[in-house]
Amino acid sequence: MNEDVLPANRPVRAGGWLHYLANPARFMRVAVPVLPWLSGAALLLCVAGIVWGYQFAPADWQQGNASRIMYVHVPAAWVAMAGYAALAVCSLFSLVWRHPLADIAAEEMGPVGAGFTALCLISGSLWGKPMWGAYWVWDARLTSVLVLFFLYLGHIALIRAFDNRAHGYRAAAILALAGAVNLPIIVYSVQWWNTLHQGNTISITGGSKIYVTMLYPLLISTLGFYLAFIAMVVARICAAICERKTASALLAAAEELA
Amino acid sequence: MRTPKRRRLYLVLACGLCFAAAVGLTLAAFSSSLTYFLSPRQLVAKPPPMGQSFRLGGIVEVGSVSTTLAGTTPTTHFAVTDGRAAVDVRYTGVLPDLFREGQGVVAIGSMGPGGVFVADEVLAKHGAAYMPKDVEQALKEAGKWNPKFGPPPPASTWNTMQVKAGS
Repeated sequence: MNEDVLPANRPVRAGGWLHYLANPARFMRVAVPVLPWLSGAALLLCVAGIVWGYQFAPADWQQGNASRIMYVHVPAAWVAMAGYAALAVCSLFSLVWRHPLADIAAEEMGPVGAGFTALCLISGSLWGKPMWGAYWVWDARLTSVLVLFFLYLGHIALIRAFDNRAHGYRAAAILALAGAVNLPIIVYSVQWWNTLHQGNTISITGGSKIYVTMLYPLLISTLGFYLAFIAMVVARICAAICERKTASALLAAAEELA
Repeated sequence: MRTPKRRRLYLVLACGLCFAAAVGLTLAAFSSSLTYFLSPRQLVAKPPPMGQSFRLGGIVEVGSVSTTLAGTTPTTHFAVTDGRAAVDVRYTGVLPDLFREGQGVVAIGSMGPGGVFVADEVLAKHGAAYMPKDVEQALKEAGKWNPKFGPPPPASTWNTMQVKAGS
């Protein structure tokens, strides 16, 4: 292999593809053709998982049809947490390496993540009333997810609160990184403290405490929710990049006229 | 190599570690008040003063449930246990659908005279295992599980179990 064949700026380090995609123009070239496929796959999997879960999967022995809320509630909860983890990673890139795309991604992830968290809270509360007998209780699991929702809202507000965008990015990145401490609290809340919310059903290492014909639709709908989150965030990032390009082009044109 | 990027990375890591340690210590210190309910064992060891409202959680003891009707309002007596201690509970009102012997419940109320917990509200707590009715029936018939006496057997023994169609 001849080393000279590689262009000078070609990323070769581990994680180099992140640096490669950190350029907004390059990101657009990759994302725009992929987006329709991503959205289509997300829609297909969400519909397949939910229809399978609500129509064809068996009802639970104890909870009956109410357990079907899990095909929305559980994927929404997982995506809400994974979305916040992604937000924290973007914030790290934004604070330490000052990646322009990480700033945009963090700004666009907030509202989508908050939406999934709201979906998780609302569906959970509709599940809680018929099963537990209460829409809401202040146990550690429910409260920590509510805190996650407020962290998302705080991030959305903070990142847009400054006239100088860079200041907003720094402040919001610090909030996102500090808030990431809530993620292990959400996951382990049901083990560390007595909660009304039940423990974890799905485990990667041991057997999952769910019958196989109920597990499959849950996994399909989870995959669909993940892809939907990614598709929405990518679409928002593309739109934000276009918006910035348009704004700077207009500014340049205005300066030329003046 | 003390580039600005490296310095910022170390700064973020150091701040993150300190913050995580602070939160961890705080949670450990407040652990008892973060608990949603007291178990009968905790209640027996450190009983709250009479009249003070708290939550009691545990399993409805098998064979302890008795209901009397006054007009149309049922009053239910049952015992909540955690396997080591049991507390008698009295509740007037309609119980949640999932209430049964062997079910986890959280009762909100206070200690009344005679060591009876007087509940204002009873919430049902359900397990984390999901299975169709016929799998539960098959496990019961095979003598592997009775929902009255604790959680289901290890998941790998039933989560792909074959059951007769239409049973």
